[in-house]
Amino acid sequence: MGRTIVEKIIGRHGGGDCRAGDVVWMGIDNRTARDFAGASVVANLEQYGGDSPVADPGKTFFTFDCNVPANTIPYAENQQRIREFARDRGIRVYDVDAGIGSHVTIEEGYGLPGTTTVGTDSHLNIMGSVGAFGQGMGDTDIAFAFKTGKVWFEVPPSVRVELQGMPSRGTEAKDVALAMLGRFSGHELLGKSVEVYGPWAEQATLPDCITLSSLATEMGAIIALIPPNGNVLQYFGISREDAVYADPDAEYEAEYTLDIEGLMPMIACPPSPTNVFPVHEMTSVRVDGVFIGSCTNGTYEDLVLTAELLRGRKVAPGVMLKVVPATRTTWSRLLDEGYLKVIFDAGGIISNAGCAGCASGQIGMTGSGEVQVSTSNRNFKGKQGKGETYLAGIGTAVASAVLGRIASVHELWPR
Amino acid sequence: MNKSLVLRGRLWVLRQDGRLFSDIDTDMIFHNAHLAVVEMEKMGQYAFGNLEGYQKFAEMAEPGDLVLAGDNFGSGSSRQHAVDCFKALGVQAVVARSFGAIYKRNAINSGFPVIELPGLPDGLFTHHAIAELDLEKGVLSSGTVSFTGLPMSGVASEIYSAGGLFQYAEHLEGV
Ligand code: SF4
Repeated sequence: MGRTIVEKIIGRHGGGDCRAGDVVWMGIDNRTARDFAGASVVANLEQYGGDSPVADPGKTFFTFDCNVPANTIPYAENQQRIREFARDRGIRVYDVDAGIGSHVTIEEGYGLPGTTTVGTDSHLNIMGSVGAFGQGMGDTDIAFAFKTGKVWFEVPPSVRVELQGMPSRGTEAKDVALAMLGRFSGHELLGKSVEVYGPWAEQATLPDCITLSSLATEMGAIIALIPPNGNVLQYFGISREDAVYADPDAEYEAEYTLDIEGLMPMIACPPSPTNVFPVHEMTSVRVDGVFIGSCTNGTYEDLVLTAELLRGRKVAPGVMLKVVPATRTTWSRLLDEGYLKVIFDAGGIISNAGCAGCASGQIGMTGSGEVQVSTSNRNFKGKQGKGETYLAGIGTAVASAVLGRIASVHELWPR
Repeated sequence: MNKSLVLRGRLWVLRQDGRLFSDIDTDMIFHNAHLAVVEMEKMGQYAFGNLEGYQKFAEMAEPGDLVLAGDNFGSGSSRQHAVDCFKALGVQAVVARSFGAIYKRNAINSGFPVIELPGLPDGLFTHHAIAELDLEKGVLSSGTVSFTGLPMSGVASEIYSAGGLFQYAEHLEGV
């Protein structure tokens, strides 16, 4: 009997011929911790790590992305504690200038198809976008991974989701992900490894895959794996043989189909990412602010689209448009190519690379009654401040910023 | 360390409206108001402090007790306190129909036994009866009744025997 993607990846990392439900020791290629909880990882290692608290400094790194540069003293202290530990042990720190850790992991070539990555970031399952395993864990687990290079893991059951048809023009990866969140709001994907198939997945770009996989956490899934297509293989300069695919006779716990033919832009209304509606049903909601960025929608391609839609337009009076590229590399490219100037001239506020609006208020939080459209992944009460957060793609975010109310990108088209 | 794989103790059967209590989240187990507490000894007093009907659990619990609940025990945040508060009171194990994924990891990593009994009927066990929990076989029994669930996994029992994840690591070859 064949094996699913997650069974094969875990199998190749020490799990052997493992199946769903088996508890195995899994070798970890990339062991990371971020500025959130990173200091607790260090504390654990100082207490239990002994003389050799880090198995392989070359495979271990810290990524600062939550609060960058630190704007609270506790974060500053935690970051400094990590820097000192890392310096002592020869571990690399992607410091406050680098950007979102999961994106840095892919950009720097650590997170290749078929690899395993763990860290203190609950969205590290974003690695599913390149057909790799990734998982966020608590500080004890991560400290253990630093020390030993492995973690124990219960092989999750796999389910197969077939996305049928193609969305309409102007509909993005985020809208596809939101459609999945709306469809699977009943815990069907809880604890599962979700494999995503269908024509959309076959032609998706790497940024599209990143957007979709970044929302696996909100779907309750362990991970959303997209089998690497031509675009993803080309990005890494590798061939199919270097990536991991499910066997044709792999066994799935369940198989679902979701029709996305002609899908229109979607939006998740407060207070949960599964509270999804078509954007055109929400156009009477007035907007105070728009945040574009995060590990879900902060790539180069996302921000080029932002700039292209904003070119020659202005943000509506009284609306704050906050824009944050995911990484420094992305920032630099957008700067060189003039896209940041376009966003700036349209009235955008641009901040340094990081988690920004999604984490600890690097580019501001919301106040009571404030309505924000955000391209990030969580809109739970209090997550981005006291206001109301709506989750949407780039087109919806830009159209809402320009029109001062929730709007679909289609409203920007007939110019 | 050689730890017993058969635990005996008084069973707390947590019920809500006559059924086994399900979806007990980490805020009901250990409320976030007390997250600043770092010493394990001080955590016991807050165990179930926010669980309807069981706010006095910490006062009434005795070392050796076992806890039984319904589905999805420990869903919610990743706080280790929600495991450590039971260790502080000397509670030996939590048995439930199912656990939140992170709670299960945290418990196993700190050498605290959690046993899953999928499909356990609501009324099988009696509150405060003496019960026996066989970790290796995944069996809970009391008087004439018993129910077989999932045995502790190999990894979990190795970590349990060692007393915790890092204690276990000391015995790992080649690390
Ligand atoms: S952008 Fe938000 S969800 Fe993504 S890693 Fe940062 S804090 Fe987490």
